[in-house]
Amino acid sequence: GKTRRNFLNQLKATVGKGPLNEEAVMEIEALLLQADVGIEATDYIVETLQAKMREEALPLESAIAYLKEIVREILERPFQEKNTPITFAPEQDKLNIWLITGVNGAGKTTTIGKLAHLGQKSDYTCLIAAADTFRAAAVEQVKAWGDRANTEVVANPGKNTDPAAVVYDAISKAQSKGTELLLVDTAGRLQNKKNLMEELGKIRKVIDKKAPDANIESLLVIDASLGQNGLRQAEAFTEVARLSGVVLTKLDGSSKGGVALAISKQLNLPIRFIGAGEGIEDLRPFSSYEFAEALLSE
Amino acid sequence: MFDALSESLESAWKKLRGQDKITANNIKPALQEVRRSLLSADVNLQVVKNFIADVEKAAQGADVISGVRPDQQFIKIVNDELVKVMGESNVPLAEADTPPTIILMAGLQGTGKTTATAKLALHLRKQERSALMVGTDVYRPAAIDQLKTLGEQIEVPVFEMGTEANPVEVAQKGIEKAQAEGINTVIIDTAGRLQIDQDMMEELISIKNAVSPHEVLLVVDAMTGQEAASLTATFHEQVGVTGAILTKLDGDTRGGAALSVRQVSGQPIKFIGVGEKVEALQPFYPERMASRILGMGDVVSLVEKAQEEI
Ligand SMILES: Nc1nc2c(ncn2[C@@H]2O[C@H](COP(=O)(O)OP(=O)(O)OP(=O)(O)O)[C@@H](O)[C@H]2O)c(=O)[nH]1
Ligand SMILES: Nc1nc2c(ncn2[C@@H]2O[C@H](COP(=O)(O)OP(=O)(O)OP(=O)(O)O)[C@@H](O)[C@H]2O)c(=O)[nH]1
Ligand SMILES: [Mg+2]
Ligand SMILES: [Mg+2]
Repeated sequence: GKTRRNFLNQLKATVGKGPLNEEAVMEIEALLLQADVGIEATDYIVETLQAKMREEALPLESAIAYLKEIVREILERPFQEKNTPITFAPEQDKLNIWLITGVNGAGKTTTIGKLAHLGQKSDYTCLIAAADTFRAAAVEQVKAWGDRANTEVVANPGKNTDPAAVVYDAISKAQSKGTELLLVDTAGRLQNKKNLMEELGKIRKVIDKKAPDANIESLLVIDASLGQNGLRQAEAFTEVARLSGVVLTKLDGSSKGGVALAISKQLNLPIRFIGAGEGIEDLRPFSSYEFAEALLSE
Repeated sequence: MFDALSESLESAWKKLRGQDKITANNIKPALQEVRRSLLSADVNLQVVKNFIADVEKAAQGADVISGVRPDQQFIKIVNDELVKVMGESNVPLAEADTPPTIILMAGLQGTGKTTATAKLALHLRKQERSALMVGTDVYRPAAIDQLKTLGEQIEVPVFEMGTEANPVEVAQKGIEKAQAEGINTVIIDTAGRLQIDQDMMEELISIKNAVSPHEVLLVVDAMTGQEAASLTATFHEQVGVTGAILTKLDGDTRGGAALSVRQVSGQPIKFIGVGEKVEALQPFYPERMASRILGMGDVVSLVEKAQEEI
């Protein structure tokens, strides 16, 4: 739209003449801020671009390409520093446990359903632990996803039962059946709720203790329409659930999910998957290229 | 809770300190800080721009009150402007002259519509208004189970026709049932939808046209970022909202979305959600929201006191 066009015009007027002028900087700031990138990460990106523009007189195309490069670099750094592969898959013939966490309504349960489907399609033996024992009909919801994905769900029929106990049972079952991928659905919790965060910490401990040899991934589900609170979420969940990555959902909307960029930069967490719809197939591996293109398009 | 915001605003006020008048010149750095603060609080960029322009105007016309520093007075001006934009006072739920009052819930996925439906029903029950909840979400797995479970918890009946039914028909039949049984208020829960999903928006318009609600409540997650403005704009243009419910304010978000929703729709925020439990619903108070976004409540009351003494 308009913002991008203004930005391009500003760039055209200023490229090749040293650093960007104030108006051009404002346009690019607006583009980033409106995508929820946040002030801090936006400042960093603008300053990095400016430094480059001061160094060499870049033509328009190169300036834009460089901007995308800055964004991609932020997104790729966590992969490099943690030395994790870009393609993300459970290890075969071994128990992999993926703990799925996040605030209320982010898309955890739906992501579990999509992941189970993906796992089944890729010939992993999968199991789901229904560890949201709190929300109304949470178990029914995850069971419906289990049916769709053809995956067994371990649940406790009681009300408000201990979620850590469900996880314990599910791990036992996975171990005895030789399951390769155990997906753990947890209740939504806001990161400032002390008790609920402790409960999550307990779930993580049960996993670590009961399955010391398993590959454990701890993924935070982040809604793309979130604002800067997403950063606080990532901070708090990192501590309690020892996060290893992020799933960015609802990217089929018009939100760009810029807070994920801020999270990637500030907390060094790789983004693993993209949720782009409510259907079972609507999950994709993350691509920094696509993300940068979408972020900097109108 | 809002240390960062208070701090950045304070650094702006510091730039005003020692000057006894607010002028076009010395106000610039303070306005710049207010801008950054509001953006960090997730107020939409365009909304921030308009707001800053309003504050600038209001500040320059202001008389400096004796006993108050210009920086303190500036906080008061920003706060007052914020309260003004947010709507002056708490606005209650609509009530039809002839029952049933019909309330339609709308919003993006996962914002808290179904929970808010139950919260509202309980709120009405406490006012001796009988309620019926209608489940038209035939898409999300177990959405109707969720509503029924909540209905049992609060002892409010739920009307539903399963997941094979047409949402428009379910809504209509729900109203008929309420009429037949003399129920005071019908609350229609709907599926979550993206504002850019044309088919789903059409469905919502059809439900609205079929039942002519007295209240269309847009349910917005308080943690929403910049998108709050455009989603509000589209829902308002296409369906016409009469009010909003801001959910998940029990979190530590600054809730700048409140300002965007209010500014863009021009409609009042009627309630806030402050927890997952069915009791966790409160009326919306603009003053409290303003001071939450600014985090400068103490200074505001100080200036108010000084004003009273004159
Ligand atoms: N458009 C869209 N909707 C999604 C996506 N992922 C999830 N949703 C929807 O978001 C809503 C919430 O999803 P859930 O999976 O129930 O979220 P949750 O995090 O498990 O929620 P709680 O358990 O209540 O905290 C549902 O309506 C989902 O259909 C996505 O990628 N795109
Ligand atoms: N902490 C907190 N959680 C809330 C609040 N309101 C709703 N929730 C939670 O947010 C999640 C989503 O709530 P729902 O009522 O299912 O949301 P919805 O808008 O009906 O979701 P869809 O039907 O999937 O679009 C659930 O986990 C709720 O318990 C609130 O005010 N505070
Ligand atoms: Mg869930
Ligand atoms: Mg719902």
